[in-house]
Amino acid sequence: MGALRIAQEEKGWLANETIEFVAKYLGMPAIAVYEVASFYNMYDLAPVGAKKIAVCTNLPCALSGGVHAAEYIKKKLGIDFNETTADGRFTLKEGECMGACGDAPVLLVNNHRMCSWMTEEKIDQLLADLTK
Amino acid sequence: MTVQGIILSDLDGDRTWRLADYVKRGGYEALRKIIAEQISADQIIGEVKKSALRGRGGAGFPTGLKWSFMPRAFPGAKYLACNSDEGEPGTFKDRDILRYNPHSVIEGMIIAGYAMGCERGYNYIHGEIFEVYERFEEALQEARNAGLLGQGILGSDFSFELYAHHGYGAYICGEETALLESIEGKKGQPRFKPPFPASFGLYGKPTTINNTETFASIPFIIREGGDAFLALGKPNNGGTKLFSVSGHVNKPGNYEIPLGTPFSTLLEMAGGMRGGRQLKAVIPGGSSAPVLPGSVMMDCTMDYDSISKAGSMLGSGAVIVMDETTCMVKALERLSYFYFEESCGQCTPCREGTGWLYRVVHRIESGLGRPDDLDLLNSVTANIMGRTICALGDAASMPVQSFVKHFGDEFAFHIEHKKCLVPKNVQHEGSKIYVA
Repeated sequence: MGALRIAQEEKGWLANETIEFVAKYLGMPAIAVYEVASFYNMYDLAPVGAKKIAVCTNLPCALSGGVHAAEYIKKKLGIDFNETTADGRFTLKEGECMGACGDAPVLLVNNHRMCSWMTEEKIDQLLADLTK
Repeated sequence: MTVQGIILSDLDGDRTWRLADYVKRGGYEALRKIIAEQISADQIIGEVKKSALRGRGGAGFPTGLKWSFMPRAFPGAKYLACNSDEGEPGTFKDRDILRYNPHSVIEGMIIAGYAMGCERGYNYIHGEIFEVYERFEEALQEARNAGLLGQGILGSDFSFELYAHHGYGAYICGEETALLESIEGKKGQPRFKPPFPASFGLYGKPTTINNTETFASIPFIIREGGDAFLALGKPNNGGTKLFSVSGHVNKPGNYEIPLGTPFSTLLEMAGGMRGGRQLKAVIPGGSSAPVLPGSVMMDCTMDYDSISKAGSMLGSGAVIVMDETTCMVKALERLSYFYFEESCGQCTPCREGTGWLYRVVHRIESGLGRPDDLDLLNSVTANIMGRTICALGDAASMPVQSFVKHFGDEFAFHIEHKKCLVPKNVQHEGSKIYVA
């Protein structure tokens, strides 16, 4: 799992060739590695934008504005969930519980950077920073 | 708060996670005491039993008893695993423990390893909190450098090595055998039990798995004694517990309180209801626990026995608070989608059933509900429960059953009038972006 994570960080997403490379490196059958890559939802098996933003809209977050935050980002970027902006900068995903419900609304940028208490102003700021 | 919390109290600074800070708070004294006084494994397990510490991950199983299941004379490796794969909607306590007090978990695991004769442990951390995983790795390095982890701990002949492992986005890996599969580098599909992990666990060896908060409670129990821990809570429900309060309250967050504290006190600590609105419903133990009407909840105390008597479960201690602006059909729709999305697909009743549950609740919410849909929901849940390898099927069913049971009139209204009992604009207003 660590190997796939590192490969994804380097390549942006996991193409079949990348998965095969990891399998070869680990001395495992490619199908075993593909099974793992397709099971865990933070692995991307299709190209994503330079910045992947996942918004949690699960119930606890939704009660404190998770859905509103997602709508706001959709409007700002002009894309829906699972879409990428035309310039390839941003991909928007609907996330499942990230275990930070007290910090709602919560966003996850490129799987690793968690952003808490995302008001509209903070979303503006974040998108501006990520565009730089 | 009158009682000093023992796991998280007053810890939210930038440095509280550091080894030096932890030692100042009495950290690693319990481990030093065990090594210096050569306290036996039996004594440690006895102390944990006395404390009435119950598993903090959700099931509430007595920890001391679990530890005593590990075979003593087993030749060869035995493993210890910590379950920090916190992905149950509403639960966010382990993240804060690992962020602000990771050494309490490390010390708890070393002591557990000593008591059960394990030389190796893993902490499985939820993938989405990757920054916490990185911090935990740093904390581990601090402990290794200080001779608290590794070969010959504190000059004794006891060795224990601890590793961090991260998930990558799969709720099911919080199920203990799925977690073991995941550590082994496979997809996280739960194993059939028996055999239980205590006889056939990680890599086929005896393994004990406990929750983060459970391990974090151990140092206090050894340092101050099992009786002192028990006295903090109430009989059969020892100690303090972290409650993650989310939803329509003024101050969402983690609150550490003695087990047995009234729900109303917890609600007050969380700043009361947002905008002074009326309490409608509470899910007291994470999204899998049956929902309870607000009025029932106000008579409960926060402990395993009281919540279970009221017809729900304390689970992980995740308290999701919903006020009068909440549409219960919509709330259930979102939860049902979650279980549908996260079912691992191994067992047919769960793989297909969670899809059915979501689609039926979705069509009720969308105004396309049919008169016999509520019976259909009950029939689907009855066909999932008890027919799957792990508890995810039950976890998906319990919210559906309890929402329909307690708020059936709202579902019936939806089906009959093809719209919501709570006007859309009220719902919208009630769940705006809110930051305390």
